[in-house]
Formats: sequence, C-alpha cells, structure tokens
Amino acid sequence: MNATTIAEGVRRGELSARTLAEESLRSIRARNDELNVFLHVDESGAMAAAERVDDTVSRGLDPGRLAGVPIALKDNLCQVGVPTTCSSKILEGWRPPYSATVVDRLLEAGAVPMGKTNLDEFAMGSSTETSAFGPTRNPLDPTRVPGGSSGGSAAAVAAAMTPLALGSDTGGSIRQPAALCGIVGVKPTYGLVSRYGLIAFASSLDQIGPFATNVADAALLLEVIAGHDPMDSTSLPEPAPDLVAHLDDGVAGRRVGLVRELIDGADDEIVESVQRAADVLRAAGATIVELSIPELHLGLSAYYLIAPAEASSNLARYDGVRYGLRVDADDVTAMNEVTRTAGFGAEVKRRIMLGTYALSAGYYDAYYGQALKVRTQMIDAFRRAYRQVDLLVGATTPSVAFTFGSKTNDPMAMYLSDVFTIPTNLAGEAALSVPFGRGEANLPIGVQLLGPGRSEAQLFAAARVLEAVERGS
Amino acid sequence: MTLPNGWEMVVGLEVHTELRTATKMFCGCANVFGAEPNTRVCPVCLGLPGSLPVLNERAVSMAMAIGLALHCTIAPSTFHRKNYFYPDMPKDFQISQYDLPINARGYLDLTDSTRVTIERAHLEEDTGKSTHLGGTGRIHGADRSLVDYNRSGVPLVEIVSGPDIRSSLQARLYAGELRAVLIATGASDGRMEEGSMRIDANVSVRRSGDPFGTRCEIKNLNSLRSLQRAIEFEAERQVALIEDGGVVRQETRHWDENAGTTSTMRVKEEAEDYRYFREPDLVDLAPSAAWQERVAEAMGPMPAQRRAAVLELLGDASGAQRDAVDVVIDLGLERFVHATAAAGGDVPVAIARVANELAATDDVSRLSVEAFVATVAMEARGQLSATQAKTVLAELLSTGGDPAAIAAAKGFEQLSADSLGGTVAGLIEANPDEWTRYRDGDDKLAQFFVGLVMRETRGQANGKAVIAELQARR
Repeated sequence: MNATTIAEGVRRGELSARTLAEESLRSIRARNDELNVFLHVDESGAMAAAERVDDTVSRGLDPGRLAGVPIALKDNLCQVGVPTTCSSKILEGWRPPYSATVVDRLLEAGAVPMGKTNLDEFAMGSSTETSAFGPTRNPLDPTRVPGGSSGGSAAAVAAAMTPLALGSDTGGSIRQPAALCGIVGVKPTYGLVSRYGLIAFASSLDQIGPFATNVADAALLLEVIAGHDPMDSTSLPEPAPDLVAHLDDGVAGRRVGLVRELIDGADDEIVESVQRAADVLRAAGATIVELSIPELHLGLSAYYLIAPAEASSNLARYDGVRYGLRVDADDVTAMNEVTRTAGFGAEVKRRIMLGTYALSAGYYDAYYGQALKVRTQMIDAFRRAYRQVDLLVGATTPSVAFTFGSKTNDPMAMYLSDVFTIPTNLAGEAALSVPFGRGEANLPIGVQLLGPGRSEAQLFAAARVLEAVERGS
Repeated sequence: MTLPNGWEMVVGLEVHTELRTATKMFCGCANVFGAEPNTRVCPVCLGLPGSLPVLNERAVSMAMAIGLALHCTIAPSTFHRKNYFYPDMPKDFQISQYDLPINARGYLDLTDSTRVTIERAHLEEDTGKSTHLGGTGRIHGADRSLVDYNRSGVPLVEIVSGPDIRSSLQARLYAGELRAVLIATGASDGRMEEGSMRIDANVSVRRSGDPFGTRCEIKNLNSLRSLQRAIEFEAERQVALIEDGGVVRQETRHWDENAGTTSTMRVKEEAEDYRYFREPDLVDLAPSAAWQERVAEAMGPMPAQRRAAVLELLGDASGAQRDAVDVVIDLGLERFVHATAAAGGDVPVAIARVANELAATDDVSRLSVEAFVATVAMEARGQLSATQAKTVLAELLSTGGDPAAIAAAKGFEQLSADSLGGTVAGLIEANPDEWTRYRDGDDKLAQFFVGLVMRETRGQANGKAVIAELQARR
C-alpha cells in the first residue's frame, strides 16, 4: 500500500495507525538482520506516535496528511532521545536533546518514524560500505550495494519496510541509491527543506529529501517537510509549494534538454533508458532538445574540494570534549587526536585531510578558491541551459547496482558513481531519480530529471509521465 | 615612563567588547553574566551536531552603532569560519568576519588631540570560559579543566586600531575614550572586570624615524592599569633586547599581573593556520540604508561632544576639573551640571558634587535634577556648608525628597540663619585681642575666626557666611 492510500485510510478511520506500525515492525524484523537497513528501530516511539494518531482520529480531529504512514529516517537526522550516529563510532551512544525541523513536521503531519537507517559514515560514500556498523544490502539483490550514502533509507522503502523514508543528498546521496534500489528519490532545491537537525557533511550542498515507491508519495512527503524555517538561515523564505496538485500537469509544451554530459560514460543499457525516456516525454507533448553543457565535466573535481573543505570544518566538533566517543590521553590535544583517530573511519579521514589541505594557507587559492570559481561557472552554465529549456533529462548513475567491494579499493571509481548527480548540488538546483527500465540481471535503472531552483512541481509532473509508461509496460 | 633617548614605541590595540543584547548572537539563549555554569545553553551555542546559527538582528544594529560612533564606513559583509581546536569553543571553529567586516576604516579622537585610525570593527561570537585546576592555572599542566558554555555565542565586536599610538599613557587614553564611546552607544557596558571589554596590545619599538620594528602581541589585558603597565614593560624589554644586540621575535605574549612582566605564549612559527572560509550556514549581511538611518537616529551625542559642552560651561578648566568632567561624562550624569548652569548656579561646585558624591553611588534615580540644583544653590548662597551640602545630597540619593526640608530636619538652616550670629558674637567676646587686630585691618585674622567657628559647629558652618558675619560686625 502506498503512503497516499494509507494516509487517506487512516484519516477516514478505516485503517489503524497502530496496526500499520506493527506491520512495518514485522517487515523490518523479517529482513533487517540480512540487509542491515536499520541501525536503531524505535519500537516504543513508533507505537506511541501511532497511538496518538489513532486517538486523534477517534476524537474526530484531523491527524494530518501523512496520518499513520510509517517512515524511516536516515541516521544523520536528529530525533529527540533517539540514538543518532551518522554511522560513525565517534557518535555512538549519542542521543540528541532536540529534533530536526523535518522530524517535527513529520510528527505534526501524523507520520510514524520507525527508526534510524544506515548510511555511509557521515554520508561520505556511494555504497553504504563506509558505515562503521557494516554495509546495507540491496533488497533486490543482496550481493549488491543499495547505493549511498542514504543506502539504508532507500533499502527500507525498496524492501517495503516503510512506504516512505528521508535521506540527505550532498552529491547524489538520495538519487543514486533510489536509482539502484528501483524507487523514486528527490534532491530538492537548496533551501526548500530546512537543514536544522541534519548533521552536516557539506553545508552548502546538503539537502534533505524524500524516498518513495512512487512519484505521488514523494510529492506528498516533500510538501509536508518543505517550507521556510526560521531556524535555518539558508531556508527559502516562502511556504511549501503545491506539488500534489500539479502531479497530472503533464509535459505538453515543455522543452526538455537531453544532455550529452549526463549520459557520457554510462553503460549502454542506461543510455538506452534515458533515450527511451526522452521519446516518452516527446510522445507526451514535450519538445526534446539535444544539448551539451561542457562545464558539467568539471563538477566532480570541484565537488571533491568544496565538500571535503566544509566537512573538515563541520567535523571538527567531534573532539571528545562534549559528547560521543572519548579516548583518554595525557592532555587535551592528545585526547582530541586519539579520539578522532579511533572514532573516524578511513573515508572520513581521507576527506578531512583533503579538505584541510584545500583550505590551508598557500593552497587555498589553487584548490578551494579555484573550486569556488568552477562552481560559479556551473551555476552560469545551468542558467544558460534553462534559458533554452524547462527541464533536463539524463542518467542518475553510470551503472546499475554494483557488487560489494567492487569499488572500495579505488576511491576515484567510487566517486565517479556520482558524476551525473553532483552538478545539481553545486548549483543548488532540483533533481529527482525515477525508475525507468531494467538493466543487467533485471536490476532497475534510474532516469534523472533536472530543473532550475523551485521547479519541483514540473519535475514531479514529468516523472509521472515516465512512471505511467513504466507501470503500464 | 619614558624610553631611552631616541627610542619610540608603536602600539596598536585590538579591543573585544561584548554586546549588551538580550540574547546570544546566533540563538535565543539569554546573554547574561554570572549565571550558574552551563545553564544558558542550547543545541546552537553548544554546537551540537545538526544545529544551525541564525543571526541576531540587535547585534547587527549595535555593531553598526559602534561603527557610526567611530566614523567607520558600514559595508556589505560576510561571515567566515576561523578554524582551530580549543575545548571551550564548541564547534572547534569561531564564526567571525574576515575580509569583509561590517565596519571599515574610521577613527577615534583622543582627549590629547591625537587621531587614532580604526582599521575595522567586526562582529564575531565569543567562546565559552575555561577554568584550569592545578598546575599554573593555564591549560597545559592542569589537573582538570572545567568549561562553562554560558558565554559561548555571546556577540562580540572586535575593534582594531591602526599602529598610531606612541605611548602607554596614550594607549590608556585610547582605551578609556573607546570605552566611553561604547557605553554611550548602548552597545556595551564597558565592564572590564567582568570581561565584557578585553584588550590585546600590539607593541613594537623603533629608533625615531626608522621603519616599524617587529611587533609582539600581549593578550588579554583586563584593566586600563594592566594595559598601561604591560605596554611599558614590553617596550622597555624590546629596547633593552635590541640595545644588547638582540632581535625581537614576532610572538604572542602573556601578561603576568602579579609579576608585572610579559612572557612568551607562542612564537610566530607555531601560529595556527585558521583556514578561514565563508560560513555556509549564514547568508551575506547587507544592512539597508533605512536600517542604518534608524541606528544613527537612535544614537545620542558621543562623549567628545558631551565633554566639550561641559568644559565650555567652565571656561578655563584646571587639570583636576578636567578629570572631574571626565568622570561626569563617563557616568553620563552631565544633565545635573547643565541644569545647574541653566539655573545660573555654580558650575564648578555642581561638577565637583557629581564627580564625587553622585559618582560614589550606583543609583542616582531618587535624586531629581531640581533637588540637585536647589542643593547647589543653597550651598552657593551660604545656606549650607560644603559638608552640609554633601550630607543633604547623600540623603537625597538614598531616599529622595526636598533639600530644604532635609536641611531643616537636620537643623542646618537654623544654624546658618540664627545661631551663626550668636556663635560669632561669642567668639569675638572670648578673643578681644584678635578681634581688635582684625578691626584694625589685619585680614589674615578672618581665617582665625573661621577656624574657631568651624570647630565650634563641627564643620557645619559656611566659611563665606562666617566672613560675611565678621565683616558686618567690623
């Protein structure tokens, strides 16, 4: 059952939130040992939330637009009293004394958070293999990765443990796992969703977004969590946009750019899916324009300077003084050092060193400064493209889900799995991945739709066109 | 203090002042001094994972008021992160301003007519406060360290002067004048003893006419006296070092208040690379012209103008009177002086009473301007002696009321009106020889009789009234 149907049923009193939560707990228990999706299942919190929803319904009040819908939270989102680790030993055992704005909004809308899902440590990775608590397995083929960094949240939805999940996307961490797990994943416009309570990886790139089995559910979830938040200075000033109301707007009259750089280097089966998606959009009334945006090739290198630079500063606070892991030593400097050495994994250390170097005196201009200039070029390049077309279409990933260990020894190969998704984060714009077609071993392929800032309604409408064909075939 | 002949010191000061906002710079926690440790904290000022800063509008207004008072240009600005590890800094970076400060390039005129350049006055957040137990009281070698995060995130403005100061006394004048300006803007309480104003001094020496020498920075000077002493010691140390054939190393030095000496904290090579970069969690700051105008309109006159207005009432002021005027201005009590002048009263007496009797109390709210003017007038007319006037003021300050009624209740008026004549007559009778000599023109003997009257009345008589009484009987 999808989230929209569940919420309608609960609001009408035909479904019990408590029963739905119990069913969700059963499906989590059935496969969590095998797949390692949830790091923490908040059984008592979920049951309490579900009972509040049923109680609200029984008193004749409106329990909200996500009434009784079980949802999984990536474990870099703070929920008061619930262990939050970022899949890192350095935060093991920490329970936040406050909740993220998105968590508050979910609870106000009647959603039922089931627990916290696995991720690459501090969201640094594309396979969930850098988690300190073991990798998550792809529910569609447990010998393969679910993608990352939001691999746990994508797997929770793909394994039908919860109909919805929240992830965060810094360079593709929602769209890539959504593609690899055969579900819908959305990276909203920077500032559309409050980051308050999202544990930062790279602040200027991070954005919270939805996972769902279908486009309508993703739009509904985004409407609930979006809109201005005074706790986040980078939050856009306006309230949440109308998305559900525009789901059936279609693409007639829209101009869609098929971007060469967003399929270059992808496997043939992926390129074929993207071209077929363009055909479907054309058949639905869109004009397809073949485009080249050469600057997109620069995205990966700029990203791997900007994101680690911000991370090196954001992760400084894990010093053993106030919370999380502390390894004792003779003085405070030594304590900082041994704590961080013991608490962080190899990929996190690599990026902290990279970022520290990029910001250092004498290197700033050549690295971080240069990356900022590239970022500006990227923003300008997208802006020029969006003068010609309304939306862009391309691949989400270069390949379908890969097997464990196939990229862990080669960071560059791993980084390349985000080559198509990173430019959107650098530009602060919107994009989503929608399942379209199948590839090797019948694994799902994700097609990426990209648009300028605040174009979510158009993106969802276009995704619905692809989804209808995908479901019909 | 003077340096050996031919030597000159060059000093620039960095002054940190806490802003008197109700809440902290990036969160809603109360900005108060002296609360129970770690009770004015939240996820934001504790830098908990996932928390985000939101800029306090009042802090920006106050920073602009400081900039306007220092004749700075208010410019569009940005926030940066200054990255370094320290346990009392919860995020292990400080949010500060770097290449684009809110206030750029202004000046402050000192009472000795020197104009000191203000390079910048920028916004930043304060850190928590560490207490190191055991060892020397500093972090290294301590048995334990306690951290209070109540101060973490309190808004600060850092005011950086140019290297325009040439003596320790001038440094003190600068810091004192700046403190008066900060208090006048309402942005700071200027309380150095509570750490709400802290000073770092950059000191170098040179032979007159030479280019600037290598500077040392003395950290955390917490009183005007420490500032002056530390600069003197440091300049003398540098001169002695160079005259002995040594070279000054660029370094940060610690001032030891008890020993009266500075010592090395860290040399330049050990200086941190702060890896400044734009704070991605905050947006750019570009206060509108209308906002700047609102701040400017809300500001009263600055201490220099107010001081000049009082000095003008005095005409020729002595050194002691100038000091008294400084006190009056620092305390913001010149309304009493101006009211006295407007009533045609005795301005020097009014200044002396404000700088002494009013300055001695924290609270002047019960004393009305009218009552003050009336008291000064009674003193001038000889209805009250100086001692009696001080007694009446003390009563007015503690309970308020009418000075004539207080004087009557204490019997002061009766003394001056009726019994003074009787006292004088009695003393003339008891000292016939002195009285004869006085009548014969020996004016010095007036003071002899005044002294006797004062002893008799335990100082409650008015000297001028006594002389008037003597002359009437001459």
